[in-house]
Amino acid sequence: MVPHFGLPEFGFLLRGLQWTVLLTLVAFAGGCTAGLAIALLRTCGHKRVEWITRIYIGIFQGTPLLLQLFVVYYGLALTGLKLDAFVAVAIGFTVNASAFLGEIWRGAIQAVPRGQTEAAMALGLHYSSRMRDIVMPQAIRISLPATIGYLVQLIKGTSLAAIVGFIELARAGQIVSNQTFQPLLVFGVVGAMYFVLCWPLSWWGSRMEARLALANQR
Amino acid sequence: MGYKLDFSVVWHAMPALLWGCVGTLSLALAGMTLAMVIGVAGVAARDSKAGWLRAIVIGFVEIVRNTPFLVQIFFLFFALPLIGLKLNPTATAIIALGLNGGAYAIEIIRGGVQSVHKGQVEAGYALGLHKGQVFRFIVLKPALRAIYPSLTGQFIMLTLTSSICSAVSAYELTSVAQRIESDTFRSFEVYFSVTFLYLAISWLLMLGFAVISHRFFSYPTR
Repeated sequence: MVPHFGLPEFGFLLRGLQWTVLLTLVAFAGGCTAGLAIALLRTCGHKRVEWITRIYIGIFQGTPLLLQLFVVYYGLALTGLKLDAFVAVAIGFTVNASAFLGEIWRGAIQAVPRGQTEAAMALGLHYSSRMRDIVMPQAIRISLPATIGYLVQLIKGTSLAAIVGFIELARAGQIVSNQTFQPLLVFGVVGAMYFVLCWPLSWWGSRMEARLALANQR
Repeated sequence: MGYKLDFSVVWHAMPALLWGCVGTLSLALAGMTLAMVIGVAGVAARDSKAGWLRAIVIGFVEIVRNTPFLVQIFFLFFALPLIGLKLNPTATAIIALGLNGGAYAIEIIRGGVQSVHKGQVEAGYALGLHKGQVFRFIVLKPALRAIYPSLTGQFIMLTLTSSICSAVSAYELTSVAQRIESDTFRSFEVYFSVTFLYLAISWLLMLGFAVISHRFFSYPTR
């Protein structure tokens, strides 16, 4: 007896969607925290520290997210810690997010006119006040479109957790598809759910980018 | 815990892995070629006079850019046979990569075309250049120069994305790695090494693209 795609199956997909959202939020929060540290280290002025963070970012930008996930997932298993699948993939996405957000914010910090930093120095502000009160508020504004763009990437990227077996939206879709033999309908619905999640963010991001570009023209 | 890392399995499997690299590069190259065709056709359709054609292109771009590649390739895997295309996994992967890359290529190429100002073309004619020269030196070269960084970046992205094609068991590096992993149970060692093979691939691509860019697209300084 093959079940048809009905309300229970749809409910199962919705629960998968919940895990997708939760995974995204955890990875984004973790990635923001670690990414800020990466961005600050990347622009701190010490040649060696900057080099190390540059290599860190380069490794994550130059390798597939899927493989990063595999390495973290199986690497954590080797340490002997019995971690929940959710924790393992969340750590994987967090380190990836830290590198990408770190690079985005590095660019934004360097895009703040140098005169701002110099004026802050002339006023006698020390590093933390200079960053917190002068540079970062401007850098965050500059980086917002790209940060939202990365958030969309992250939502889409969490689908790869399906390949290591964590049941989020894409994996839930695979399971329902195998049960109902209606792959087109199921993956159509799954795709639509991702779209509903991502499209408003993409739209918001590009609108903000257009407005920033307009502001810079004046 | 008595686990000892053993990278010798990776060393023994190196020939298979290097062939996997070749598979990955061919997959990405085929996908990018298809993406460029879709990109150019899409730009033409995107700015055509027919409203429905524009709507299709915009819809296609938005759907592709706002859904995961994994879901796209699963969908195609089941949808292509329904329209009579019974293809092997690798061909399916090429189509999926081509459609995905095509959506991004449309946006990139469109930006390049728009970056050439009409006044420059007029200036070219005013200087006495003929039509072929205007197209070659004033439209094509600056447009290519403008989109070259994004386009090559997109190619590297596509190469990395192709790892997801292992989910439908297309022939490429990650699926080779998965086979070796299931033979040897050395998951960490295999995936750790393969990650650096990907890093080598993207660094080599970056280097190659930089050389090409320096050779053909640098502004004349004298």
